[in-house]
Order: sequence, then structure tokens, then C-alpha cells
Amino acid sequence: MSNQVTGAQSLVKSLEHAGVDVMFGIPGGAILPAYDPIYDSKIRHILVRHEQGAGHAATGYAQVTGRVGVCIATSGPGATNLVTPIADAAMDSVPMVAITGQVPSAAIGTDAFQEADIRGITMPITKHNFLITNPDHIAGAIAEAFHIAGTGRPGPVLVDIAKDALQKMTDFKWPTKINLAGYNPKTKPASQAIRDAAALIAQSKKPVLYVGGGVIKANASKQLLQLAELTGAPVVTTLMARGAFPDSHSLHLGMPGMHGTVAAVTALQKSDLLITLGARFDDRVTGKLSTFAVNAKIIHADIDPAEIGKNRFADVAIIGDVGEAMTALIPALEAEFKKSKPDLTQWWNQMGSLRSKYPVGYDHPADGSVSPQYVIERIGAISGPDAVYVAGVGQHQMWASQFVKYEKPRTWLNSGGAGTMGYAVPAAMGAKVGLPDATVWAIDGDGCFQMTNQELVTCALNNIPIKVAIINNESLGMVRQWQTLFYNSRYSNTSLESKRIPDFVKLADAMGCVGLRCDTTGDVDKVIKEAMAINDQPVVVDFSVFRDAMVWPMVAAGTSNDDIMVARETAPDWDSQEL
Amino acid sequence: MATHTLSVLVENSPGVLARVASLFSRRGYNIDSLAVGPTENSEISRMTIVLNLDGHALDQVIAQLFKLINVIGISEMTDTDSIKREALLVKIKAKPSEREKVAAVVAKYNGVIVDESDASLTIEATGPSTDIEALLKSLEQFGIKELVQSGLIALERGGVTLADRTLSTSGVAISDPNSATADYQN
Repeated sequence: MSNQVTGAQSLVKSLEHAGVDVMFGIPGGAILPAYDPIYDSKIRHILVRHEQGAGHAATGYAQVTGRVGVCIATSGPGATNLVTPIADAAMDSVPMVAITGQVPSAAIGTDAFQEADIRGITMPITKHNFLITNPDHIAGAIAEAFHIAGTGRPGPVLVDIAKDALQKMTDFKWPTKINLAGYNPKTKPASQAIRDAAALIAQSKKPVLYVGGGVIKANASKQLLQLAELTGAPVVTTLMARGAFPDSHSLHLGMPGMHGTVAAVTALQKSDLLITLGARFDDRVTGKLSTFAVNAKIIHADIDPAEIGKNRFADVAIIGDVGEAMTALIPALEAEFKKSKPDLTQWWNQMGSLRSKYPVGYDHPADGSVSPQYVIERIGAISGPDAVYVAGVGQHQMWASQFVKYEKPRTWLNSGGAGTMGYAVPAAMGAKVGLPDATVWAIDGDGCFQMTNQELVTCALNNIPIKVAIINNESLGMVRQWQTLFYNSRYSNTSLESKRIPDFVKLADAMGCVGLRCDTTGDVDKVIKEAMAINDQPVVVDFSVFRDAMVWPMVAAGTSNDDIMVARETAPDWDSQEL
Repeated sequence: MATHTLSVLVENSPGVLARVASLFSRRGYNIDSLAVGPTENSEISRMTIVLNLDGHALDQVIAQLFKLINVIGISEMTDTDSIKREALLVKIKAKPSEREKVAAVVAKYNGVIVDESDASLTIEATGPSTDIEALLKSLEQFGIKELVQSGLIALERGGVTLADRTLSTSGVAISDPNSATADYQN
């Protein structure tokens, strides 16, 4: 007797073989055959309220666990609703497998009901994708999809399966070997590159470890700590790398970039050697590229060869797993340092003084309203470094990056590359599913929250007790900030009036969550503690905050990092610095 | 800016051309010509892509192309180490009195007159791009009604094949991604 099963059973068996323990999705016509065996499977399926929620939940799950996140949807609009989270996962290199039903193969190309060419649509935003019309190919495609998504530079893979392929019979055979002629990511770095990098570091008087999200993806925080302490060089962690290196560490200068610390931005600008680890010279980090770190040589370690030289020429390219690269670099560097070790005292005098002179900070509003930065800072302080913090996109995201102190990798989740508003609630849901024992805070804006809060219903019904802090400034705050600064305070369509409508507390209550409100600075700690005490239900806290708080420091878009402002019309006092 | 010719071995699977075209489109790379066809291996197709860009941009194109899972091997075809050809079909309005003259021009470029009518002659020619351009220029005097050109195709000189180098060495690392002439292998 052979393993005769339906294509749908083959799909579910394949997911089980791939080690999937949870997936997020919504059934519909074309994917319906798959939902029958899902009913019997040991895989936990979480029924979300919108496919976008399924996609971001898969991302949140993947980001905290390091495993491949899975989402599933039907054809047509079900599939197109996954486009945003797939694009988001592609930009942030998140391992994800998205499974979609497709109309029956005979109907493909006929503009059939709920037909969308999701393979074509997602070609530019996936690492790879498949259209399966033959049930014999399902197991192989799923095996390949998980392999591609989770290895090399991680990314989303979509598997689109025609309905008839799910219905027809096939022999289930889980492949024992993956054979992809065109995919064989290189993880072991070339020894020559390591030697060249060590030689450059040993000569550098102003080195900086420029740390990107790749270090977290590679689970390489331990190696990073060793490398940093060996070199004694300043460390900066990008938005995607927050938590890769402890904020409390004396070598840490904080986050670089558009809203980075003065010390981190200036360290990159004035450096003579950027030791770039799993980072990609994003425009939000470099500012105007032609003026970025003009005197620095570049060591660039990345698993994706296409990142080398994409935005900035690399003097030494280390292609491979960034953890393996650091593991190889450490002994090479120890050997170099035995010959000579550069004295970084002067460099540290400069950077240390910038760090102490320009810490990220904020003022309490003169009108007595609550400072949004204070709320976020207190959430971080009370919840501690073991909690997971998931931000939406905008001012609150920057403040959550600046004012929560991260000590551990995979405790800070956000939509860095794509900047997807609405990421926080569903991603926090996925994170809580992945780490059920952790406190998971979604730090969200009132704008973001109104894009995807329907997943709180999913959380309430499925025992996923996340905590949501709505930093309610009744505005699309970051856009409003730009309008203040660059559009003469003409607030075109950025006022959400969300202190009036909706009533977030009632909304939370209606969705089966506990709704709390906080309007005064004096209540902030009390309300956070109240939220922390509730662990059997999702909690939503509406923090009513000062409307005109701004994110500082700031390097305005398209300008040079040299023109960083610490406050409105206020540049750092460079004259007192010897740089 | 310089003209570069890339030979790209791809899996012969649906959507591969779309993936390559989509990549070029979204990254803003301009293609001068693109020729795709089957190879000696039925599972593999070969694309010959001609681009006009500087050496640094070429490195990026190669690296980005290589990220496509269906791309198996890439090699730059240089003028000295490879044979490059393109094909031309051109319809001209040669008067009967001019036809002898046309025949002489066509013969000079090893072309063939493949169709004749009262109002036209159709000529087929194959050769290096420069020869094809020269032939076309010579034919202009007779009046060109319509023409179609294939994209450039290229093959390395000598016994080595691109497939040998890219397929038989499974697991071999990329040698030097910063070098435009490096062969990208898996």
C-alpha cells in the first residue's frame, strides 16, 4: 500500500514534516481543500480576522523564535491581502512561508472568480515563489520553500497551489534531499577576507562596529560581544539590530541614522573604518550617501553578495554567515593585536564626550500633558529586558527604539525597511504565540492601531494575551512632525481626532480585551503595572499624550549626517568638540 | 559606460523570463538586447543579455541576477574569448534595376536573399553586430521597408562550456563577487 493521499493532505503532511507548529490564516474557496486535513492536524491554526494580520503574525513569530513563520490564505483577495506583509518580510529579511490557494489549473488565466496572479504579483517581493498545479509537486515545493526561506539571507517564499492539485490524489513522499542547482548560499567566509579585515582593524584609529539586523538573524550576539570587547571599538546598532548588543554596555553608542544618537551618527561620520556586520547601508542610516563616512574604509560582512557594493564600496568583503565571520575574525585579530594594537583613547575621548553630552532625551510638555517618550520609557523600565517590544511605524517606533533599553536579541520587533503602519498588533500576536511565557508589548500609534486592531479579537479568542500601548497623540505624528518642520505647519490630513473617536477603551472591551486609560503623568506607572498584572486577557491602554512632541535627534531626509539636529534649529555644539 | 554581454544559464521553468525581466525593471537596469533559447540540456535555458553600464553596476547586476533561485550560472562573454553573433531579416524595396547591386552587397556580408516579390527583397544575414550594422547601412540606399533583429547570442571559444563550469561544481563558492569577470557558480 502506497502513501496515496490528496494534494491537500500532502500539503499538511509536508508542513508537519517541515516542523511547523503554528500557522496563521483564513480559509476561502480555493484553499478550502487544505482546511479539511488542517482540521485533523496537530499544527495549531490560528484563525485571524484579516490576511494581513496572518502575514505580520507569521513575521512576529519568526522574529522572536528564529523559525520560519507560516501564513495561509485563499486565492484572489486572500492572497493579495498578504502582499503587504510579504513585502515587509522581504525588506526585513524575515523567514516566512506563505501558502495560497489558486483557482483550478484549468481556470488559471481566464479571469476566474477570485483569481489573481499572486506568483506574478509577488515575484519582486519574495525570495522565491512557486505555482503548483500538480499534486506530485506539493511536498517538494514545501520542502524547498522552507529551505529557501530559512537559509542564507532569510526571506519570504510563497507557494501558490491550484485547487485541483489539492483535490487530486498523489503519493506523499517527503524529500530527503533538496536539490536546487541555483541556490547554495555560502556561509563560510573566505580566509583571505578575514585576514584582510583583521589587518585593517589592527591599523584603525577610529573604528566603529556598524551592526545590522543580520547579526540577530545569525544568532551572533555572543560573537559580537566578544569581537567588540576584543577591539574596544564603539558599537552602533541599527533599527533592525536593537538588542543585538546590550544597551547597557560601555562600548555602545546607540542607534545611528535619521533619528539616531549624536554619538552614533557622528562615530560613523568620523570613523576611519566601518566594520559592517549584517547591515546594508540603508538610506535612513547613511543620510546623503555621498557625504556618508567619507574618510572610512569599509569592511562589509554579509551573507548576501548583492549587498556588497550596492550602496557603498567595500574595501574588504566578507561573504558568509556573519556569526561565522566574527568567529573567524576573532583569532585573526588576536594574532594581529599581538603585533600591534591601536590606541583608541583619543577616539573614545571624542565619542564618549558626545555620548554624555547628547544622550537621547525629551522635555515634559509645558502644558502638563503626558510626554509620549516618558510613557514608552516607563513601559520599558517596568517590563524589563526580558519582555518583547513590538512597534508600529512612526514617532512611537523611534521613541520605542530610543527609550526602551534592549539587552537581548529578538526582544525588539518593528517594520524597519518597509515601514508598514499596522505592523504592531498582528506582529505582537505572532510574537506572543512564539514566546507564550514572555510579556509582549505592542507599542503602537493611534494611527497604526486603527489599521490592524481587528486582530485583538483573534488574540482574545485564542488566549494570546498581548499588551497594547496606544501612544495616542490623535495624529499621524511623524507626518505631522514633517509638516511642522518642512511644510510650514500646514497639517494637511494628519489629524485623526482619536482622542474623541473611537473610544479605544470601549473598542478594547468590545473585542474581548481589557481597556485602560491614562491621561496624566502621575498615573503612567500605575496603569502600566495594572496592565502588567493582567495575563489572561489582552490589554489595551490608551495613553493620551502631548500632540506636538517630536522625535530628536533628526537628520532630515536627503541631507548629510553632518547636519544632524539635536532639536529644532539646534545643531550640536561642534565647536567645543575636537573631531 | 561600456557594453557587456552576460550569458546566463537558467532553469527551464515557467516564469523565469518574467523573474529576470522583473529584476531588471525594478532595479532600473536597461537591457540592450535579450535572447533566450533552449540548450543541449532540456532542463536548462540560456539567456544572452547585453547591457550598457559601468563595471561597478555590472557587479551589482550579476549579484542580483544570481540571487534568483532559477539562475544557475552567469558568465561575462568578452570580445576576445567568445564568439558573438546576431541574426537579421530585412525587407527592402529594391527596384528590379537595383537587384544586381543588392546581391553584391548581400554577398559581401555572407547574407542570402530569401524572398523576392515585385515590390521587395528579403535578406537574411548572421554575423557579429558590427557586420550586421554595416550591412544595414549599405542597404539603406535601397530603402528599408521592415527589419527584425535577434538579440545577440554568444559562446565561449575553446573546449570549456559554461555548463561545465557552473553545473559540475555544485557547492563551489563564489570566488570574487567584486570582480566583474568572476564567474558566478553554485
